[in-house]
Amino acid sequence: MSGQPHPLIDAERLGYGAISAAVADPVLRTGFGRAWVIALLCTLPLVVLTLGAIGAVLTVGIGLSGVNTTVVWGFSIANYVWWIGIGNAGTLISSMLLLTRQRWRASINRFAEAMTLFAAAIAGLFPIIHLGRPLYAYWLAPYPNTMDLWPQWRSALVWDFWAILSYLLFSALFWYTGLLPDLATMRDRARTRAGRVIYGALALGWRNSARHWRAYETYHLTMAALAVPLVCSVHSIVGLDFAASLMPGWQESIFPPYFVVGAMFSGFAMVVVLAILIRWGLNLQAMITPAHFDAMAKVMLFASIVMAFSYATEWFTAWYGGEHADRTVVGYFFTGDYAPLYGLLLFCNCLAPQALWWRRVRRNLWWLAGISVLINVGMWLERILIVWNTLSHGHAVTLWRTYHTSLYDLAILVGPLGLFAFLFLVLARLLPIVSMHEVRQLARDEGAA
Amino acid sequence: MTTPLLAAFDTPDALVTALRRARADGHRAVDAFTPFPLEELAEAFDPAPRWIRPAMALAGFGAAAAMYALQWWSAVHDYPLNSGGRPLHSWQVFVLVPFEVGVLAAAIAGFTIFLVTCGLPRLHHPLFVMPQFERASQDRFLLLVAPKGDPEPLRRLLEEAGAGLVAETHP
Repeated sequence: MSGQPHPLIDAERLGYGAISAAVADPVLRTGFGRAWVIALLCTLPLVVLTLGAIGAVLTVGIGLSGVNTTVVWGFSIANYVWWIGIGNAGTLISSMLLLTRQRWRASINRFAEAMTLFAAAIAGLFPIIHLGRPLYAYWLAPYPNTMDLWPQWRSALVWDFWAILSYLLFSALFWYTGLLPDLATMRDRARTRAGRVIYGALALGWRNSARHWRAYETYHLTMAALAVPLVCSVHSIVGLDFAASLMPGWQESIFPPYFVVGAMFSGFAMVVVLAILIRWGLNLQAMITPAHFDAMAKVMLFASIVMAFSYATEWFTAWYGGEHADRTVVGYFFTGDYAPLYGLLLFCNCLAPQALWWRRVRRNLWWLAGISVLINVGMWLERILIVWNTLSHGHAVTLWRTYHTSLYDLAILVGPLGLFAFLFLVLARLLPIVSMHEVRQLARDEGAA
Repeated sequence: MTTPLLAAFDTPDALVTALRRARADGHRAVDAFTPFPLEELAEAFDPAPRWIRPAMALAGFGAAAAMYALQWWSAVHDYPLNSGGRPLHSWQVFVLVPFEVGVLAAAIAGFTIFLVTCGLPRLHHPLFVMPQFERASQDRFLLLVAPKGDPEPLRRLLEEAGAGLVAETHP
């Protein structure tokens, strides 16, 4: 971009003090602007809707959703897979880019990690909602009980329980560790006593000492090295939930890696949308630059191509494998009840992102926002169609049924989106949304400080 | 007994230069406080954090082994259940949960040792009352040096190296 003095910092000179002020001061200000309040008020009905929908299923049961005797999975499972996929990118941006020393991550890793945290927490709700008897959710944990029962370790539900639990707690620790030095900055800049006490307590007495930094770097880097296999395993387990079954269209060894790439795809698209909003909302144009969007767009383009190959592999193996049921399911993709949705999926995930080959599109935020939203829609369609297509068209012809969406399904689709936005708005109000110490380091490396 | 001096610099390079000169003159560098980690300081202050990674490895592998043992014992001995003709000891899927649990245990152990290594949590520290100490988390680079004998030469050295403020600490 012309007129941008440094690739990753859009200012002639951005001193260390200026970076701290730009990130910390909006949070420490008493008012936060009308736009923030209006946005928060807009998300509140959706938060209530989410709580209402969960309350309804806890009291009435999953008969509220459109599931029937054949299509026994519906929106709950698709939403679960979609949300955990969104959560995937935060950890990947943080850890994989840290390990490969990609400095452009500094401005975006904080909110990407927060996104992971919220998305994984929301994802964790769906399997519980979907259990049918959610009050027995704790049976998934091995605990000494009078019935002498143990969890069924061969069950995909148990794998999910441990995957989500580990992922959520791990992400929280990783995120909090990265936040410690910035909490100290907040403590030192806070003007009110309450601010000093709260941020001070959260900073745990961090002093920016050279010894602290050394221990911090050792721990943070090791966590990053652990996060990459963890995040791949979590999504592989989600893929395995399907692949371990006997249903046509699910019995594919490509599922785990294909789920991991799909998650990276939708997660990066979500980070792009959030980055555009945060950059505009908090005036962070100097720190989140077109170069950042360019890099993320390239990752999305790569993921889109891998997805296209994965779909092609799915069709090819169904044909080459010679199994009649598999071939029928693939035929059903293109000609069955959900064929228009499948067409839309292919357009959103494979065709639309091809525009990212052009540098001008990668650096135009309007185009990028549009493509990212399309990718998120496409990836949700992919998740729902994985469920619907196979279950609607299994081995037994007498059991072929289509799925009809209920209002409750729409509530658990739209509601959590609002809940996610609500949590993000609250986070932006309370904590620094950009990793200040990493941007300071970046400013030094870029020669901008 | 002389008290250490705390000097504030505007740039990381000034701090590193001052540190080298103070060391060359025989003063003992105690610590440095910077708004971001400086590679130049990585080897300057001992001891290096030695226990974080071994503790993580130990906790990770230990928890994973314990989890595998629990699965094996419960599925093969305490509650054998023939589920669709699958073997009681289904090791292929029994490695999934131990992996997740192992990574989580490593993370928690690492965090604990990280805090212990740093002497945290500690809500107050005598240095917090020093003038400009709060700038170490924002835009200043502070160096804490214990003088060899009389503090005056060290004070002069630090000021010549570009320190904006040199203060005596009273721990």
